[in-house]
Amino acid sequence: MRGGRLGDRLLHVYTWLIIVWLSSPIAVMILFGFNDKKSKSNTSWQGFTLRWYGELFDISDLTTALRNSLVIAVVSTIITVVIGTMLGLAVGRYRFRGQGTTNFLVFAAISTPELVMGASLLSLFVSGTVPRDANTIIIAHVLFSLSFVVVTVRARVIVLDPSLEEAARDLGATAWGTFRQVTLPSIMPGVLAGAMLAFALSIDDYVVTSFVNGSTITFPLWIVGSVKTGIPPQVNVMGTLIFGIGVLIAVANAVTARRRA
Amino acid sequence: MRRLTPYLLALPSWMWLAIFLVVPMAAMASVSLQTGNAIDGFAMTFSFSNYTDAIGRYSTQLLRSLLYGGLATVAMLVIGYPVAYWIAFKGGARKSMYLFLLLLPFFVSFVLRTISWGFLLADDGILFGTLKGWGLLAADFHVLATTFAVVGGLTYNFLPFMILPIYVALERVDPRVIEAAYDLYASRLSAFRRVVLPLSLPGVFAGVLMTFVPATADPVNAQILGGTGNTMIGNIIQTEYLTNLDYPTASALSFTLMAVLLVGIFIYARALGTENVLEAAAR
Repeated sequence: MRGGRLGDRLLHVYTWLIIVWLSSPIAVMILFGFNDKKSKSNTSWQGFTLRWYGELFDISDLTTALRNSLVIAVVSTIITVVIGTMLGLAVGRYRFRGQGTTNFLVFAAISTPELVMGASLLSLFVSGTVPRDANTIIIAHVLFSLSFVVVTVRARVIVLDPSLEEAARDLGATAWGTFRQVTLPSIMPGVLAGAMLAFALSIDDYVVTSFVNGSTITFPLWIVGSVKTGIPPQVNVMGTLIFGIGVLIAVANAVTARRRA
Repeated sequence: MRRLTPYLLALPSWMWLAIFLVVPMAAMASVSLQTGNAIDGFAMTFSFSNYTDAIGRYSTQLLRSLLYGGLATVAMLVIGYPVAYWIAFKGGARKSMYLFLLLLPFFVSFVLRTISWGFLLADDGILFGTLKGWGLLAADFHVLATTFAVVGGLTYNFLPFMILPIYVALERVDPRVIEAAYDLYASRLSAFRRVVLPLSLPGVFAGVLMTFVPATADPVNAQILGGTGNTMIGNIIQTEYLTNLDYPTASALSFTLMAVLLVGIFIYARALGTENVLEAAAR
């Protein structure tokens, strides 16, 4: 484009400033996991230590909360991926009655504000006197993750060449064999992307969970609950580890995807 | 059997969506019209006055939420559009790296990110505390517990959701169309205003939708970054449900919030033209 060389350069700098702005709270979180704090609050830098990494699991309530979050995330991801992949196949492959309604419901589940979703689930559980515990949290997490799996799987199903499956059947494969050896491997990237999204959404959720948790405490709930008394450095360390593992998985995924291409 | 396949595949999700999305909405509609208390139980009395009472009592917070959500959305649009523009047209081979860096915050829990942000803004924190120590800021200067802190937190938390859809829309703009505008003696500004901007509107629409709704309904930022004068409707709904156990009021407020958001989206869609809405919804 003619002109505007300076403008482009300014925009380049600006983009980096925004990236720095978005990342600065992460840097603070990581840094204060190494803070050798003496006072009760962890708000000013008092020297470097690895102590909190050694005492990571010393706060038993926090450790329980993290374990709850991980178990809930794994279970809800498995359920979401299984039923979401099935629905993704159905809407991507077939024409059937109720498809419009199905698409509407998938869209509604994505666009309902978390607050309203949590409140409505609580209304149901209160009306039906359903006890609230880890099970109701899992129900809620599957609900808000489901649409994301459906959407990512459907995107892969649409571009899948049907002649591959026909070829497998012509060669004598059973319906299940065709699915396992032809269909599933081709839609796998979509399934995995959906699974990662579902896991990330579940482990991160505060708003919906706060309505349906009963007395079960998850990692985000524990953090919000301890804001007033001060967040212990162990939370920073756990946040740092989750961040590190997440970034590693994402990078590994991108690298293998590039190698395959 | 083959004709049944799609129905069998869809059945588990249908049941999940019906039982845990549709039925709860009906349950909430029913609770919002009941009267009673948490100890003796609630009974259906078709008490529509629950709505007028709740709205009358909390109109300040309702309007404040819309204001904060609106301000944050405008801020995200103004801040985010140039970023999306630069990455889409000038990002070159590094486009995916820039997008990855913009998404980096999502690897940290939403709650933890907001707390870290509040921590940066703390009155005597590493930023303002240092500046105050140097005498560059007045000792009573503060940002936490102000409108600016809450709107800033919302802007910070949802910004990537604004940038991504605009980026996707701009990425699909054919560079030859812009070349053609230049060949026809359009200035840089008018080429942007009359070619690039209109083509990016579906992305802007999707971005506004993806940020305004969650920002308006968010209770976390006001709770962590705001003071008593910054309470949003999300905080009220949480308190009414979980602390006061006033389920009818909380349900009525939830429905009101959803209705207001739907009406807002509708007006906005009309203003922008329905084709853009359909295009955004189709994606």
